[in-house]
Amino acid sequence: MDIILEGIRQAFILLVTFDSEVLGITWFSLKVSGTATLISLLIGMSIGTVVALTQFPGRRFVVSLINTGMALPPVVVGLFVTIFLWRNGPLGFLEILYTPTAMILAQAVIATPIVMGISLASMQQLPKKLRLQILALGATRLQMVRILIREARLPLLAAVMAGFGGVISEVGASIMVGGNIKGYTRVLTTATVMETSRGNFDIAIALGIILLFFAYLINLVLTTVQQRERPR
Amino acid sequence: MKNILEAKDLKTIRGGSLLVDVPDLGIFEGETLSIIGPNGAGKTTLLQALSFLMKPSAGEILFRGQAVGAEQRVLEYRRRLAMVFQEPLLFDTTVFGNVASGLKIRGIGGAEVRRIVEAQLERFGIASLRDRSAKTLSGGEAQRASLARAFAISPEILFLDEPFAALDPPTREAIVTDLEKVLAETKTTTVMATHDRNEALRLSNRIAVMEGGRIAQIDRPAVVLNQPVDEFVASFVGTETILEGQVRDVNETAMIVGVNESEIEVVGSAKPDERVVLCIRPENVTLTVADGNGKPSAQNVFRGRILRIIPLGCFHKVEIACGFALVAYITTQALEDLALREGVEVAAAFKATAIHVIRKSGLCACSEKPLRKLHKPG
Repeated sequence: MDIILEGIRQAFILLVTFDSEVLGITWFSLKVSGTATLISLLIGMSIGTVVALTQFPGRRFVVSLINTGMALPPVVVGLFVTIFLWRNGPLGFLEILYTPTAMILAQAVIATPIVMGISLASMQQLPKKLRLQILALGATRLQMVRILIREARLPLLAAVMAGFGGVISEVGASIMVGGNIKGYTRVLTTATVMETSRGNFDIAIALGIILLFFAYLINLVLTTVQQRERPR
Repeated sequence: MKNILEAKDLKTIRGGSLLVDVPDLGIFEGETLSIIGPNGAGKTTLLQALSFLMKPSAGEILFRGQAVGAEQRVLEYRRRLAMVFQEPLLFDTTVFGNVASGLKIRGIGGAEVRRIVEAQLERFGIASLRDRSAKTLSGGEAQRASLARAFAISPEILFLDEPFAALDPPTREAIVTDLEKVLAETKTTTVMATHDRNEALRLSNRIAVMEGGRIAQIDRPAVVLNQPVDEFVASFVGTETILEGQVRDVNETAMIVGVNESEIEVVGSAKPDERVVLCIRPENVTLTVADGNGKPSAQNVFRGRILRIIPLGCFHKVEIACGFALVAYITTQALEDLALREGVEVAAAFKATAIHVIRKSGLCACSEKPLRKLHKPG
C-alpha cells in the first residue's frame, strides 16, 4: 500500500510544483494529439458528412468499413506506418520515422475513422425531413450542408472529443513510430510506460493523473452532449 | 379563376410502385385547397412533387405558367413557396432565429429581418417566446413558430402537410382559428394535406379526395360532401349508408330503386333497370317510434330494429336493420326523448331528395348541374 500512497504524494508534488519535465511532456502530447485531431477533423468530418448525405451504390459497405476503422488497433496502425516510413519503405525518402511528424501521421490515421464514423452517425440522426424543410426554406445545397452541420454541432463536438481521446491515450503507435526519444518524441503515454518499467512510480502516477484528467474532461463533454434534447 | 400552379401528367414512381398519378391539377391563385384521403393515398407525395422537394418521375409543373425543372428554376421556385410539416422541424436556436431562418437563407439581414420576424411572432401569438430556445417549446408553440417561419418569407404558395395532426384538440382548435384568420388576411394560396375532413371543410375553398395516388374528386366542399362521385369518396366524407340497388321504375318526379327486398323513392335520374348506388348521409335520417302512417310526399319510411347505438360525443350513431343497413345520427336529447335502445323497433325516414345517386356507368345523376372536374381512375 505504501508504494502507492508515496507514489501519489510524490506525483502531487511534481504536479503542483509544475515540474518542467512533466510539463514539457504534457505540452508536447497536446501538440501532437491536437494536430492529429485537427487533421482527422478535416478529413473525417467532410467524408463523414458526404457519406451521410448522399446515396450511392456500395454505401453500406463504405459505412461498415468506416465503423471497422473506428476500432483500428493503434499497434496495427503503428506497424503499418512504420513499414511505410522505413528507410526502404514506400515513403522512406521522407525520412520522418522517429519524428513528431510521424507520430502526428500515425495518430491522424487512428483518429480519422473515429471522427468520420461519429460525424456520419450524428448527421444521420438528424430527422430526415429536416433536409426537406431546409430545402423548402429555399436553401442551396451548400446552405443546407452548413445548416445541417450547425444542427449537429454538439454530436460533432463529441466526434472531435472522441478522436482526441483516442489518440492522446494510445501508446502502441506513438512508441513504434516516435521511439520515445527524450525531449523530442516522448509523450504522456510512452513516458508512463517507460517510467513504470523503471520503477519510477511517482512520475508514472503523475503522468497517469494528467491522462485521467483529460479522460474526465472528454467524458464530461460527451455526457453533456448525450443528455441533451433535440428541439421538436 | 387564374391558376398559380398547374400539374400536368404528374407521376411519382418509387420502388416500382406508382405513388401519385395526377393527369391534370390546377391550383387557383388565392384559394385554399385541401387534399384529403386515407393514409397512403399519396397526399404527402403529391405535396412534395408539387413543391419540387421530390422530383416527379414524369410530368410537368407550371408555376405562373412557367415550367419548373432546371436546377436554377427549382431554387427560384422554392424561394417563392413555404412548407410546414406535421413535425415543427425547428432549428436548434431561438424562436427568433427560427422564424428568421428563411430570410437569412435569402440573404436578407439587419433591421428588415427584425421587423418581419417580430410582425410574424405577433401574428401567431408567440412574441413573448422570441428569445426562448426552440427545444423548450410545447408542441403547439413549436408549430406556431413553424407557421411564423413559413409566413415570414411571404410565400406565394404555402404547402401544409398534416400540420395539426400531432396536436391535442384544444391546441389544434386555437391554431386552426389563427391560421384561418391569417389566410383570410394574406390571401396566401394554400395547399393542405390532411386526413381530417372537418379541418378540410373548415379551411378550404376546394377539396380534393385522393385514393391510391389519384384524385377521385375535386370540388367545392359542399359538392364533395353531398354529391360524391363514387362509393370511396362517399364513405370518406362521412356518408354512412351506401346502398347498391337497381332502378325499378322511373316517373316524372322520382324513381323507385330496389335495394334487397325494399323499395326506396329517390329524386334523381337514371334509366330503368340501371344499377345505381344510393348515398344517404346519417344527419338526413330521422327516427320516430311511431309507425309510419301519414307518409308525406317524397318521403321514405322504413320500419326496422335498432342493431347498435354508438355514442359519438354530442350525438349518437344509430344502426338500423330495415331490410338494408341504415345509419342515422341523432342528438343525445332525441335519443333520451324517444327512449331508444338496441333492439327497439323504430321508423326511419329520409327524403327522396336527400339521397345522392351514383350511376354505375360512372356519370353523375344528381339533380344539380355536374360542374365538377372528374378524375376517374383508369
